[in-house]
Amino acid sequence: MALIEHLTQEYLRTKKLPHIWCPGCGNGIVTAALIRAIERTGYDQRDVVIVSGIGCSSRAAGYLNFNTLHTTHGRALAFATGLKMARPELKLFVIMGDGDCSAIGGNHFIHAARRNIDLNAVIINNHIYGMTGGQHSPLTPTGMKATTAPRGTLERPFDLLVLARGAGATFAARGIAAQPRQLEQLIVRGATHKGFSVVEALSPCPIAYGRRNKLGGAVEMLRSMKDSSISVERAAETEDAELKDKTITGVIYSFDAPEYAEEYYRSISDNKG
Amino acid sequence: MPETKPVLMQGNEACALGAISAGVRFYAGYPITPSTEIAEHMAEKLPDLGGVFIQMEDEIASMAAIIGASIGGMRTLTATSGPGFSLKQENIGYAIMAEIPCVVVNVQRMGPSTGVPTAPAQGDVMQARWGTHGDHPIIVFSPASVYETYYLTIAAVNLSQKLRQPVIILLDEVIGHMREKVLIPEAGKLLVEKASDLVPSDWKPYDEKGLTPLVPFGFGHYYHVTGLFHDQYGFPTGDPPQVERALDRLHHKLEKNRDEIILTNYIGHKEPRVAIVTYGCTVRSARAVVTKAYWQNRLPVGLLSLQTIWPFPAREIEALAKQVDVIIVPEMNMGQIVGEVERYARGQAEVIPLNRYDGEMINPDQIYEQMGRWLS
Repeated sequence: MALIEHLTQEYLRTKKLPHIWCPGCGNGIVTAALIRAIERTGYDQRDVVIVSGIGCSSRAAGYLNFNTLHTTHGRALAFATGLKMARPELKLFVIMGDGDCSAIGGNHFIHAARRNIDLNAVIINNHIYGMTGGQHSPLTPTGMKATTAPRGTLERPFDLLVLARGAGATFAARGIAAQPRQLEQLIVRGATHKGFSVVEALSPCPIAYGRRNKLGGAVEMLRSMKDSSISVERAAETEDAELKDKTITGVIYSFDAPEYAEEYYRSISDNKG
Repeated sequence: MPETKPVLMQGNEACALGAISAGVRFYAGYPITPSTEIAEHMAEKLPDLGGVFIQMEDEIASMAAIIGASIGGMRTLTATSGPGFSLKQENIGYAIMAEIPCVVVNVQRMGPSTGVPTAPAQGDVMQARWGTHGDHPIIVFSPASVYETYYLTIAAVNLSQKLRQPVIILLDEVIGHMREKVLIPEAGKLLVEKASDLVPSDWKPYDEKGLTPLVPFGFGHYYHVTGLFHDQYGFPTGDPPQVERALDRLHHKLEKNRDEIILTNYIGHKEPRVAIVTYGCTVRSARAVVTKAYWQNRLPVGLLSLQTIWPFPAREIEALAKQVDVIIVPEMNMGQIVGEVERYARGQAEVIPLNRYDGEMINPDQIYEQMGRWLS
């Protein structure tokens, strides 16, 4: 209890509450996991910066008591890249939604991964554009309904973590709002990883996504999220056929590669000498 | 300026060197003709100064990156040309709203669209003013020479820091690629204004009482930066009186510092009957006309050149219009600044546009011919 009070007082801008999120939204769960993760890293509060894009999830920045940068739609990683290069000692967490990161911000996402710049991307994936009332995103599963896909979307979603791997990311993990403790651990691991880290957090949007697709309320959505997920360790022992409709959670990959900001500053000090 | 040394350099190089002289240590950009040399000079020079050069994935990201670096406390600049300038507009608006200093150079080329990438034109005057959405203020400089490019870049950096306001340098392709003599002051002679390091304990990022220096991230002031309308602490608001106050704030800071922002220069007859009003490389042709008409032939003509085109030098035009019968406005476009001149001439003088939009400069003879009609 004491820890929760401490975190609330120190890391939340309680005067800015209540938040704007709908009843049953998973953004609060993910934000809480992020706060606990930051506490666990032991970072100095002054060194932590929260950068976000535009959308429901990106509003989290305004509620967090750090230096917070709420940018333009899709561009959070590009702002963060500039800030990180200017001030490599800062610890940057970049909160984005699925539309924000994978559609309008897709180019910045692959290039942040390619540079392996030490940013911690936390992507809250609720499979829908929530702020604008429920349009399909690049991560909306085929066949699901949205206001801009009233008969179900024909488009195919992609796996953000596979994309990141192809582009050069050195750490990726997936968690779900139904398992906030695991999510917290994954964010900690991403944060302490040197290089570009991606944590995808699946999160329910009962209002703009669940209702239209008859997925039930928040409780049902969280339950089915949990039922359909499998840890990466268990998945390794499971037949591929059984994994077809499963969401694999945990650290999907993690390895070392040169980090861009560090390499840059090393190269300029070498030149000087 | 004492103890200066003359150096032959290109306009784009002068822009890069001016920026460095003014303390710019962060450049993010994307290659585009005819501005690429600015990026190349920065890539060459910044690392040795401990600065950052980064080539971003696109123009939008370049604009975002310099804003991010400015919030980190660095002086920043990016350069582009028409198509890239279009792409940067949303984030330019963000920097205006969030009051983040930065300098954006647009080495103009012939448009619309891809246009003629290597041909000069002054077609982005209105885009520089109104390119980003909303009722925003903007500062735009238009250098007429390589020398002016160097000094206006320094002024742009200093002003952007002082006012926490993006400043745009609208360079002409002709200036960007021309080589000319620049008098470079020796180290330490240059005026580089520093934002105050002294931060009062009750510092607010958007203090209602007035402009405060930006305290970079990472120093324990946990403020919020957003493109939403915000209160004095940076937190979003939709409250009508606060929204109106916030927008007034952005405009008032430019109005209050008008004399420092508006730079113009008059040469020619003391009591002119015909005046030329122009900016950028077209000033050069107009100067040749004044040399011939006034200095050689003592005709009652003059030239008001505008180094600052936005905010528009309204008072200067108003005063000029009271003196003269005719104002000729040569521009390498289909007529953009001429509308503003007409507006502030308020019927006191006849305003005549002189336009060329074939990718060539307006030559002195064209202006001379137009002027002759009004002097005979």
